[in-house]
Amino acid sequence: MNKVQVSTSINGEEVEFLCEPQQTLLEVLRETLDKTGTKEGCSTGDCGACSVLLDDRLVCSCLVLGVEAQGSEISTIEGMAGSEGLHPIQQKFLEHAALQCGICTPGLIVATKALLDKNPNPDEETIRYWLAGNLCRCTGYDKIVRAVQDAAKELAHPA
Amino acid sequence: MGAFAYVAPSNLEEALAVLKEHASAGTRAQLLAGGTDLLVQLRSADKTPRTIVDIKKIAETNRIDIGSEEVYIGSAIPSAVLNENTELAALFPGLLEAADLIGSTQIQGRATVGGNLCNASPAGDSIPAMIAAGGVCVIVGAKGTRELPVEDFLTGVGKNALEPGELLLGLKFKRPGPRTADAYLRFIPRTEMDIAVAGCGVSVTLDQNGTCTAARVAIGAVAPTALLVPAAAEALLGSKLDDDALTAAGAACTAASSPISDKRGTVEYRRKVVAVLCRRAAAIARDRAKG
Repeated sequence: MNKVQVSTSINGEEVEFLCEPQQTLLEVLRETLDKTGTKEGCSTGDCGACSVLLDDRLVCSCLVLGVEAQGSEISTIEGMAGSEGLHPIQQKFLEHAALQCGICTPGLIVATKALLDKNPNPDEETIRYWLAGNLCRCTGYDKIVRAVQDAAKELAHPA
Repeated sequence: MGAFAYVAPSNLEEALAVLKEHASAGTRAQLLAGGTDLLVQLRSADKTPRTIVDIKKIAETNRIDIGSEEVYIGSAIPSAVLNENTELAALFPGLLEAADLIGSTQIQGRATVGGNLCNASPAGDSIPAMIAAGGVCVIVGAKGTRELPVEDFLTGVGKNALEPGELLLGLKFKRPGPRTADAYLRFIPRTEMDIAVAGCGVSVTLDQNGTCTAARVAIGAVAPTALLVPAAAEALLGSKLDDDALTAAGAACTAASSPISDKRGTVEYRRKVVAVLCRRAAAIARDRAKG
């Protein structure tokens, strides 16, 4: 099968890649572009480990073909930390120990950013429903929810 | 995933030309909208060669038109975009709540109600809601455009009325008049991220005295396809949507159902629950219509 040339912007940088039509965006990110921060969990859209933003829309990158990303802006976990260090959401996940094995964490952080960009002050129920597509088999979610609430506070009123 | 070819036609003419070419050659073309069902199927199911035709770049599939008479929702509009549309939420709260029940935030970022319909799962949540809201499929092919009510579009489990060479451009609804509202409820054993055990969509119109002058009731996950239940609508018509009328409509839904037993529920359970959902959805639609 012939490879297709795809032009995108990833974390603000112009990126072109070649991919086969059957390669998912997740495979392209991890295997072609070495952006391995985005994790593969179920590959059926159930677990959210592969969450990225595609044109500011939270999606599972395992359910997007690489070729479908033509002309899109993609944000991944690699774009979260700035030159001055971790993003406040990342920092709060650390402080609250909102992770154990860490496989779900990049997806949860990307999903949390999408939530807080849209709704800077979500209540607990909103947080739990928004993150219902990000499965964590270690933490029991409680610390994750607390980290998200604390990150929301931090972003609204930086210490 | 098995290998396939991919094309993303930039307009309708190009898309129809590609589909026509495959239809004439007898080769397989498969339509791609949000891909949340299709990519999973491509990974697991049969890997026969095919061409994936991405319909997302076609202007007519990406449009929402809210006119004074009609509302049109393009078949490539993701649920997340639907659910952010406050005007649509006011006109079709039931349809939007059904779309909002499908999958996670991530899934709703891609999944479309047009795709939910074409995928034709018996349990697709948006389908009974679209039937209740009076949805009509706008289908285009080499011979032009044809329209088909949503309830007639479904031909079996995973099967729809699209002929080779055709695609679903979007869904059309009559704009709801005064004192008209819809509602959709499904039952799942958890609170989120599950497949309906049973579902029911209801749309009602009331006159100024609160008497029901028009109704549509549709059920899901209790038959090979979602079904319009005219007998349930009959039970509501002319009533004040009181308990007796709601109970009669629920009984009509039970009578119209022909569910299977599986890990999600038994035949007996589904037949009972679909009546409960009908009563409750009709009460919600009634209260919304009263405003």
